[in-house]
Amino acid sequence: MTSFSFGALLRRPEAGAALSLIAVAAFFVLFGGVKLGNFLGAASWLNFAANLGIVALPVGLLMIAGELDISIGAMIPAGSMSIAVVSGYYGQPILVGIAVSLGLGVVVGLVNGYLTIKTSVPSLIITLATLVAMQGLVLSASVLLTGNASVALAAPDWAKAVFGTLLGGSYQIIILWWVAMVGGYAFVIHMTPVGNWLFAMGGDKTSARNAGIQTDRMTVWLFVLSATSASFVGMCGAILFNSAQVSGGMNYIFNAIVSVVVGGVLLTGGFGSVIGILFGTLTFAVVNQGIYFTNIDRNWSSLIIGVMLLLAVLMNNSFRNMALSYSPKKKK
Amino acid sequence: MTHPVLELRNVNKSFGPIDVLHDISLSVKAGEVICLLGDNGAGKSTLIKTLAGVHKPTSGEMLMDGAPVSFARPKDAADRGIATVHQFGGTFPLMTIGRSFFVGVEPTKGFGPFKIFDRKTANAVAVKAVQEFGITRIDDGDRLIGGLSGGERQSLAIARALHFGARVLILDEPTAALGVKQASHVLRVVMEAKKRGVAVIFITHQVTHAMAVGDHFAVLIRGALAASFAKGEKSRDEITDLMAGGEALADLDAHLDDAAATVS
Repeated sequence: MTSFSFGALLRRPEAGAALSLIAVAAFFVLFGGVKLGNFLGAASWLNFAANLGIVALPVGLLMIAGELDISIGAMIPAGSMSIAVVSGYYGQPILVGIAVSLGLGVVVGLVNGYLTIKTSVPSLIITLATLVAMQGLVLSASVLLTGNASVALAAPDWAKAVFGTLLGGSYQIIILWWVAMVGGYAFVIHMTPVGNWLFAMGGDKTSARNAGIQTDRMTVWLFVLSATSASFVGMCGAILFNSAQVSGGMNYIFNAIVSVVVGGVLLTGGFGSVIGILFGTLTFAVVNQGIYFTNIDRNWSSLIIGVMLLLAVLMNNSFRNMALSYSPKKKK
Repeated sequence: MTHPVLELRNVNKSFGPIDVLHDISLSVKAGEVICLLGDNGAGKSTLIKTLAGVHKPTSGEMLMDGAPVSFARPKDAADRGIATVHQFGGTFPLMTIGRSFFVGVEPTKGFGPFKIFDRKTANAVAVKAVQEFGITRIDDGDRLIGGLSGGERQSLAIARALHFGARVLILDEPTAALGVKQASHVLRVVMEAKKRGVAVIFITHQVTHAMAVGDHFAVLIRGALAASFAKGEKSRDEITDLMAGGEALADLDAHLDDAAATVS
């Protein structure tokens, strides 16, 4: 990595995602009449990206490891409802609410993880089951305990400042959490041995285990991470908006998977990058929210996302093949 | 050096009511290549897995350097220096050479929570290790494994095993999926390993490859040792016949001759 080379950049997992982001932004500027300056600073898509990104990161890491977690769709409302019920309805200290909310994420993550390693059932099916089960549990528990499907929460100032405030009037504080998490994940995944284990695991689980990597433990940890991240997002939402609903969250499943795949993570595992997932999330957010800034009718956004997903995946495929067939030029 | 590095004495293995290995006795010394020949389904894989600690023998003894050993997990066997290299190299196609070489034993620099993966050292060591085996085409540790040829992958996997101190190298059909030239690369690497005093167990059903490197041969038929002999004791055809189950091939020849006679 001593000299700059365009080819080397293209062979990286995030190349496709970075190009999609540029292409989408250029498309909006050229055809949608967006002023780039206004758009870049807008809170709407940044807020959207941050909430999505915190969930997309661990989902992407799980995908690199060869697993899938869709129970995040139920864990977001579960996270917000549990803090609202404990601290709002029952009036417990906010710390207890936070602990219950994140603890629920840990428990569901452990269930997902252990079921995945102990059975040969694909994690897609296992987390589909926990997704549906958690939806039912959250709805019935909420109706049973509070008689309502929507619960109010008044968080103390310090909790609001940390988890749910608007900076500058419109930027959610969760953006900073997201930035910190991107930094943390990028360091661990790309700089430390743990990252190497993750890629080895996704590449060939048996060989990784034979090389002495505790693949089972890693799998459980990753599921705990994704479920807890989802309940964290739900919890921050409840603190910010002073209330929680049992519905919502289902969009996150597909949004997160699209972000991760656009971000260059290989669906079957073993390849991807944190920066790629970041670009994938940004691209998704720009299309989903940026459409409001254009003269384009908002109904087109899903079409754009579909086309973009396809193009990004095709691009990622060809870049990956470039990386595979790459060999340095023969020295004379 | 009087004891063989690895020895099996009257090993049986059955899965429930099904007997897979009958009364296998084998031994391999340092710097020796023993070729395990057998047709598909002869029990080769089960035997390798028993040696590598995946399965425990139902009865019989396993000895290393003359002392009995028992492996509960593959890791135990690996810790004693038994390394298995599988047909496709057991490596990770989408990882770089340097990274995959050190999976599980990553070199780090820095300290405390900021120990980071030392990419430069990893790449340099991996490239050097494989070049010592004469595979000079691998010179950039940042290349992806998937971009290497089958022979290069095998050689890399063998170099990796020896780098981490393997004393017994179990090669599971290393040349099965390779072309002629690639296979000869791998055979050269096997000879180099032998020269370094490693005990090699070479599993194959390609008699030519076995005869090129083997010091000792064992033929496995339906889970039992049908023959065991040293280099030069049997001809190529005799070995092929043995693998196919004795007279089977001779019979086939006779049938073909008859058929040819009736046609003409």
